[in-house]
Amino acid sequence: MSQDILSGLAVIVNEVAGVPVEDVTSEKSFVDDLDIDSLSMVEVVMAAEDKWGVKIPDSEVKNLKTVGDAVTFIAANS
Amino acid sequence: MTAAIRTQHGVEFARIMSIGVHRPERVVTNAEICTFIDSSDEWIQERSGITERRFAAKDESVVDMASSAAHKAIEAAGIAATDIGMVLVATVTHPYQTPSASTEVAARIGAVNAAAFDISAACAGFCFGVSLANDMVRSGSSTYVLVIGVEKLTDWIDPRDRGTAFLFADGAGAVVIGPSEVPAIGPTIWGADGGQKDAINMSQSLIEYRDNGGPIFPVITMQGQQVFRWAVGEMAKAAQRALDAAGVDAGDLDAFIPHQANNRITDAMVRALKLPAHVPVARDIVTSGNTSAASVPLAMERMLRTGEAKSGGTALLIGFGAGLVFASQVVTLP
Repeated sequence: MSQDILSGLAVIVNEVAGVPVEDVTSEKSFVDDLDIDSLSMVEVVMAAEDKWGVKIPDSEVKNLKTVGDAVTFIAANS
Repeated sequence: MTAAIRTQHGVEFARIMSIGVHRPERVVTNAEICTFIDSSDEWIQERSGITERRFAAKDESVVDMASSAAHKAIEAAGIAATDIGMVLVATVTHPYQTPSASTEVAARIGAVNAAAFDISAACAGFCFGVSLANDMVRSGSSTYVLVIGVEKLTDWIDPRDRGTAFLFADGAGAVVIGPSEVPAIGPTIWGADGGQKDAINMSQSLIEYRDNGGPIFPVITMQGQQVFRWAVGEMAKAAQRALDAAGVDAGDLDAFIPHQANNRITDAMVRALKLPAHVPVARDIVTSGNTSAASVPLAMERMLRTGEAKSGGTALLIGFGAGLVFASQVVTLP
């Protein structure tokens, strides 16, 4: 399950920000490692909401520091 | 017995006949903005697409800018100011509660036969005005309607707010809407979501400021990510509904002219609409910033002036902003 979410998220991050899919791994920070700014992060979150049918409120987005944080949140809430 | 009341009849169709704009003289670069906020030219361009914007002079008012744009639009329409039956001014930055900016503009330009009122629909105000003017001409309540979008946002922002100082700017755009032989303004898709009133609002009311003071005079504040999410998620859908209502395919457009909120929002809308690459997209924000109600007519004028879009072409307009409110329609370019 988590592995599927990780690969799905990698595709989304690639589509939104052009980051190579293989660079999107659990321990990477969206901001510091993948250079995803706050606006791109909103697009990633919206695409994830559509894909997995989860609600990720703005208040939660700031807690999703790493790719792994996002995978865990999506797995727990989808 | 109830008296028989005669009603008026208008014309079948209306169109945008002409456009005129006012761009303030003073160009403000990102470097100048960064003397007030901790930011950089690179950051501002990445986040918004803006390289420079124009600020009105201290003594250059909303009414001054609106009148200047209106003069040009009336002249281009080939009508007299006295032919105008209604002056609509879309603005949120006229600094008087009353009277409206529109009555002063009407007097200034010699539209002595016109009724006049202001529209408070923020960045969607111009598209609200196009819709109202279309209805007025078609119903017969006015033959010619002047619609102006104008803002002096620099009076109402905090130059030290990193979220807004680089974004907002000043300007005005005006159109004359009058009778048409053929359909030239499609149905307007519009709406409001007051549940998100805090997404873009004033830091406090003028009454609160009078009674309690405060760190700064009331200014426009914005929750950037919330607005971005709404704009990207909902506005492409509204624009698609406007296309569907007008029976126009995205591929048949000659121009897409969204409110110049932020180039990143425009990019996301273009993707969501699956707009074919051959359709020119307005990017006036790069050198004009976000001018709220003025941004759609300013962007339209640039596309026509530079030849990016042609008179008689078909354009999709959408305005969206504080409220939250939005309005979208397909029009034939003047």
